[in-house]
Amino acid sequence: MTSPVESARKPMESAGSTLDNRAAPPSFLRRHGQQLGIIAVGIAMWLAFVVAAPRVFTDIDIYRAFAETTPLFGIIVLALTFVVITGEMDLSFPSIMALGTAIFALSVTQLHLPWYFGLTLAFVTGAACGWLNGTLVALFNIPSLVITIGTQFLFRGLELVLMSGTGVPLTRELYPELHMLLREPLFGIFPIQTTWMVGLGIIFWVLLNRTRFGAHIFLVGDNPTSARLMGVNVVSVKTRAFILVGMTSVLAGLMTSIYGYYFWPTTGEGYLLNTIASVFLGGTSVFGGTGSIVGSFVAAYIIGAINAGIVSAGINAFYTQLAFGLVIVISVVLQTFIERRVRRQSLTGR
Amino acid sequence: MLDKTSGNPDTSEPVIELRNVSKTFGEVRALTSVDFKVYPREIVGLLGDNGAGKSTLVKAIMGYFRPDPGGEIFFNGKLIEDWTVARARKLGIETIYQERALAEKQPIWRNLFMGREPCNRWGLLDVATMRSEAARLMSQHMGFTSAAVHPDNIVMTMSGGEKQGVAITRALYFDAQLVILDEPTVGLSLTETRKTLDFISSIKTAGKSAIFIDHNIFHVYPVVDRLYVLDRGKIAGLYDKSDISMDDLIDRLYRVARTGSLEE
Repeated sequence: MTSPVESARKPMESAGSTLDNRAAPPSFLRRHGQQLGIIAVGIAMWLAFVVAAPRVFTDIDIYRAFAETTPLFGIIVLALTFVVITGEMDLSFPSIMALGTAIFALSVTQLHLPWYFGLTLAFVTGAACGWLNGTLVALFNIPSLVITIGTQFLFRGLELVLMSGTGVPLTRELYPELHMLLREPLFGIFPIQTTWMVGLGIIFWVLLNRTRFGAHIFLVGDNPTSARLMGVNVVSVKTRAFILVGMTSVLAGLMTSIYGYYFWPTTGEGYLLNTIASVFLGGTSVFGGTGSIVGSFVAAYIIGAINAGIVSAGINAFYTQLAFGLVIVISVVLQTFIERRVRRQSLTGR
Repeated sequence: MLDKTSGNPDTSEPVIELRNVSKTFGEVRALTSVDFKVYPREIVGLLGDNGAGKSTLVKAIMGYFRPDPGGEIFFNGKLIEDWTVARARKLGIETIYQERALAEKQPIWRNLFMGREPCNRWGLLDVATMRSEAARLMSQHMGFTSAAVHPDNIVMTMSGGEKQGVAITRALYFDAQLVILDEPTVGLSLTETRKTLDFISSIKTAGKSAIFIDHNIFHVYPVVDRLYVLDRGKIAGLYDKSDISMDDLIDRLYRVARTGSLEE
């Protein structure tokens, strides 16, 4: 039994003068430090590119290239942020990109369904894949890192069997509507891919910061037991996050395929690490509970720009991976230091 | 002694009643046919050693654990099927958990409205209200001067007493009919313990009921009306406070810990 006397030996005053010097609300800088940090990294990198190759980086064409290619994986980054905030990971999305696009291609070419039917079926497939991932992770409590390696093979295998390993041409003549929706610049000038990315970015920001679902995403990732004790349906919240990833993967898969006028059965390969790196570069914690859409959005463009930027700057493409590595490692190390500093200040600043 | 339920001035229906509730986890029997009642305007103490099943009982009342088949839970006289945490909270049962049930990386305002976030008519979170209400509650109920702690402060940076303040305020805010306090004084300073005990007494003044769980009898005895003693998952005894002195109760508690029986 703890007597009152005993517990008084470790006093934790909640009243009196001890609180007075902690009066200030957390500053804008502290609350948004992570987002501001990643924006700073972006600006610094851009300046470096401009200095390295002024002719290329003062030309609008290079920015058009970024704006057209980054969203091909960037829209998945936005949705994956939700899953990572819940403390989980999804490694199966590259396969969902391919499977969803395969379902579209098959329903249009083999079943002769109208394009919008095919599109609907593709998104239903993506949602189903996400639901399967989410259910296995949340309901059966299987570590997501393990099970999504499995479903990654499962979805890819299913797609390869369905397509017998062959591709499908997706020319403008065959799919004018899809090209208008996913490839041709809006009003003839603005890259449609980035229009999607901005639109989805806004929707996902609202979803994360201004809905009950978003609030529960943070709570579930922070402390699932607390969330359950307070009546949050942890299984449903996690499952819905995985469904978001499934559906955005299908959109990304279609966009990628239309961009290349051809659906390759290997679609999505090579997207895995870029996408995951963007989420972490954007300041979302691997431990769950914290993260932001703004950070993920900016980070996706940084990752997207490194690739195209290195080549356009006339630097040997062998340097691309080196640059990736440097930017990611340095940013993540800095983030950790900043976060630790902020935490220590708020702990001792009383 | 076991079936004694009289002595309560209010003879109305119990707010909550558990009949024959058992809970097994695999091989472990955490609760064995527990009958338990709380009447309106009554503070019930729940005493028992570590592992007696106190927290399991609370989580069964809250709908976190589903009782084994055969157990029944009544709320205001009505048998409740499909009991869940969300349901229990909606009906007006709030719990201040031993483990506090906070999300520590989140700001205070998110914690206060955890699981019950207010929305505006478009179904979007009413963040402005959540922030301003959090600021108001903190200065009015939690005893923080409004300048001292900002609703945007991260819970991780607060002291144990402040965290407990958040958990208590959360239970209070939603106007609960029944408040359950699971070892609320653990890790608190003397002043904070005093405040918490005052708060428990004030629940009754406000016309509501409470279940107060602790293994410190010096905290429990002064504020409660009736006392249940739980031992190894069973109700070992039930007393009206007027029938038993604190010394007598302590003797019996020692005896139950040694022999498993309250009587000699």
